[in-house]
Amino acid sequence: MKARSVLLLGSLGAALIAFALASPGVIAADMVDPVADAKAFQNFFFQKFPNVKHEDFVNGPYSMNEDMKRQWQEKEEFPPYEFALEAGKEMFSTPFKNGKTYADCFPNGGIGIRQNYPYFDTGEGKVITLELALNRCREANGEAPYSYVKDEMASLTAYMAYTSRGKPMEIKIPDDPRALAAFENGKRYFYTRRGQMNFSCASCHVQSPGERIRAETLAPALGILNAMPIYRSEWSGMGTTSRRFVTCNSQTRAVPLEPQSDEYRDVEYFLSYVANGLPISGPGARP
Amino acid sequence: MKRSLSLAMLLALSLAPSARAANEADYKAAYAAAEAASKEAAGMRNQWTVTASALAAAKKAADGGDFDRAVAAAREAEALAKASIFQAVSEKEAWKAMEIR
Ligand code: HEC
Repeated sequence: MKARSVLLLGSLGAALIAFALASPGVIAADMVDPVADAKAFQNFFFQKFPNVKHEDFVNGPYSMNEDMKRQWQEKEEFPPYEFALEAGKEMFSTPFKNGKTYADCFPNGGIGIRQNYPYFDTGEGKVITLELALNRCREANGEAPYSYVKDEMASLTAYMAYTSRGKPMEIKIPDDPRALAAFENGKRYFYTRRGQMNFSCASCHVQSPGERIRAETLAPALGILNAMPIYRSEWSGMGTTSRRFVTCNSQTRAVPLEPQSDEYRDVEYFLSYVANGLPISGPGARP
Repeated sequence: MKRSLSLAMLLALSLAPSARAANEADYKAAYAAAEAASKEAAGMRNQWTVTASALAAAKKAADGGDFDRAVAAAREAEALAKASIFQAVSEKEAWKAMEIR
């Protein structure tokens, strides 16, 4: 009980300090300017890590540590995501009961298009992620949707990422106030502190990339989605983007949101947009 | 700042041991208050995992007839839920302090 109370008071204290620091004044004219935001975001990481090649940021923790990177490159000869890739390819070419395939749901038959996801659908007024689009494709063709956090979904996105490797992330923000609002909402979600630890995504992936938390080296936020989905030894399997968001929320003792909730879709939109120009590297493998 | 002061007082109160042994009615009142705060936090989409655990611990202790423990856990859950509500409110503006510009 004692230790928990101390933790509780500590987290409350941190919240109080944040509140005191940030209350007045910050409400300055808030023009949403994604181009300027992306530039500032990239510059921050380029300056913080001047020795990391720009296209290397997409390799998560491996961009932060030469030794780790070497081990990983050796592993890439027999990549642990290979089975998922094979499964994904097979699933992709197997027709649904109605005879159609995933290829019928996507531009260019779904090949080499990972870099365009998520996109903002101006008809619906919402962000559409690749995972969401895949399940919608299934449902439109009379198939049950897959779990957003399990292997089937990861296999499909692994295959689609693989066919897009090396293509620069190319997320568009259409001239639509709702698209700007989604970008801004994703940005807010990224920087908002949550959980009893009072951490935001930025606390770990902006302020501490390269540092170790338990046995793991923190990935930089720049290009953090380019390698998704990822194989993790700790999971002994593949993880989707949804799964990673849920896990990261839980680590701060915040109750995670539902996969593909508006907040998760918007934060994916934000993080992908600020990584524009950096290559797709998925599927990834992590220690 | 008034808000944070009263919250600090509430916390201090909720963690103070009570003089007499708790009974089922005390537990029910404490649990209802905790549950209400927890629902409010969830409505703000800012629930903490530890709040849910403390609520579950309260229930378990009450089921076992240990109302002292049950009340303590319920009060802890309420304090945690209130802290998470406070966090959500303050972060409405505070998040901007962390933004890369
Ligand atoms: C308590 C620190 C912490 C917080 C807060 C946190 N993460 Fe993470 N995150 C990790 C750890 C640890 C990993 C696994 C190691 C790594 O790859 O960084 C990880 C990995 C990831 C990855 C996979 C990166 C890769 O290349 O393997 C993504 C994407 C990610 N986090 C997104 C987020 C988002 C979005 C948020 C906010 C909702 C967030 N994280 C909040 C600790 C955190």
